[in-house]
Amino acid sequence: MATQELNKLEKDSHLPPSITPSNTKFSELVMKESGENINLCYQCQKCSAGCPISFAMDILPHHIIRMVQLGLEEKVLQSKTIWLCSACETCGTRCPNDIDIAKVNDTLKQKAEKSGLSLGEKNAPLFHSAFVSSIKKRGRVYELGMIQEYTLKCGDFAEKFKAGDFLRDAKLGLKMFIRRKLKLYPQKIKGVNEVKKLFKQT
Amino acid sequence: MKVSYYPGCSLHGTALEYAESAEVVCKILDIGLEELDDWNCCGASSAHSTDTELAISLAARNLEIAEKAGLKDLVIPCAACFQRTKVAEYELLNHPDSHKNFSYKGDVKAKDLLNFICEDVGLDSVIKKIKKPLKELKAVCYYGCLTMRPPRITGEKNYENPQNMDKLLTALGVEVLSWPYKTDCCGGSLILTRPDIVRVLVKKLYEMALLAGAECIVAGCPLCHGNLDQRQEEISREFGKEYDLPIFYYTELMGLAMGSNETTKWLGRHLVDPKKLLTLKNLI
Repeated sequence: MATQELNKLEKDSHLPPSITPSNTKFSELVMKESGENINLCYQCQKCSAGCPISFAMDILPHHIIRMVQLGLEEKVLQSKTIWLCSACETCGTRCPNDIDIAKVNDTLKQKAEKSGLSLGEKNAPLFHSAFVSSIKKRGRVYELGMIQEYTLKCGDFAEKFKAGDFLRDAKLGLKMFIRRKLKLYPQKIKGVNEVKKLFKQT
Repeated sequence: MKVSYYPGCSLHGTALEYAESAEVVCKILDIGLEELDDWNCCGASSAHSTDTELAISLAARNLEIAEKAGLKDLVIPCAACFQRTKVAEYELLNHPDSHKNFSYKGDVKAKDLLNFICEDVGLDSVIKKIKKPLKELKAVCYYGCLTMRPPRITGEKNYENPQNMDKLLTALGVEVLSWPYKTDCCGGSLILTRPDIVRVLVKKLYEMALLAGAECIVAGCPLCHGNLDQRQEEISREFGKEYDLPIFYYTELMGLAMGSNETTKWLGRHLVDPKKLLTLKNLI
């Protein structure tokens, strides 16, 4: 049966999605970019069983892999799961097919950012961007500056103020400062231009 | 013995007591730590979430600096820095064609400080320096995900049930208790984006440590230490249960057992005051 016919059949019949030539494109791209062969996954669910954060996820890790195989690009890229993964690597370590699922999640995060779709989590992408921009500026992370930039990017001031988060964080910050764990001034490395070049290369 | 040393950003800031205690302990053990010249941030979770190549390049620059320094070991106390450096090591050696801008040849290898002390320096050398065994202190070991996983990158053999910190602390005289959460995740950097998740994960750790009979948790990762120590007050408040579990770095307990006179300075940087427990046990 021709691809077009297959796709039409799928669309019209409310059948569950299946792997057709037209939707392998997404999974092929994800495999190429992550270097991980997700075709090997046979849904043993070991990744989801061991994932410490699965309780907070909207799609379980083994479902993410299956959905990539099925080409359900938008659903995967808009999921919370890819941003909630802490990259603790429990899943990849235990996968009987040696799929580094956290690495696949990295690829999906990067693709989600580029896709222009609305993202499943608001703060995580803003945090990563503030963190990486701190490295670009100085070669090292300046914690106080990075947190300031991140807080500004988040912008949910009223909400945080109401919940008492601001006061709590300010108190914690002060305690850390007194213990010399937060520095007022940033460190900048001599080779900051070399580091900036690494950003251009990629 | 001289080794190259990569402290990483946390050890200059939020994990200052880890750096201070590690440096003192290494001095006592005659390990000369030669800090890498002009090192940069390893990129942590954010770089690999943003750009895979950038994450490898950031750590690769440090590996090149280490190779130029000419020593064969690059010792790293921070779990995240260690793993990111290991990933770069693996990528540059296994896929050299994709990373032609870097000249790293593999003459220097990254090592986690805990494993370096236990495997390269050896527990016999540690035992020789003990002045005051830490008797009657009951602890559980909390290794940190990224010193262990993924094992094809870290080279760790006992990644589900690591033993080095258990053996080290037992050698110091600590009563090390068995518990199932040695390498379970604390949520890491989610503390800044989804603190609600981290509070659930860390509370689970506290509960299991208490169930095992522990009086303290000993950590090997700055992020774990931060989430367990700095957030204890807010976790207590959220769950309506007063936790008072001091969180140590293994290097702090080593320094204490080795009779370092700088111990109180490190312990003063904790948010959960460990001095009460140590006074009760006649250890300070």
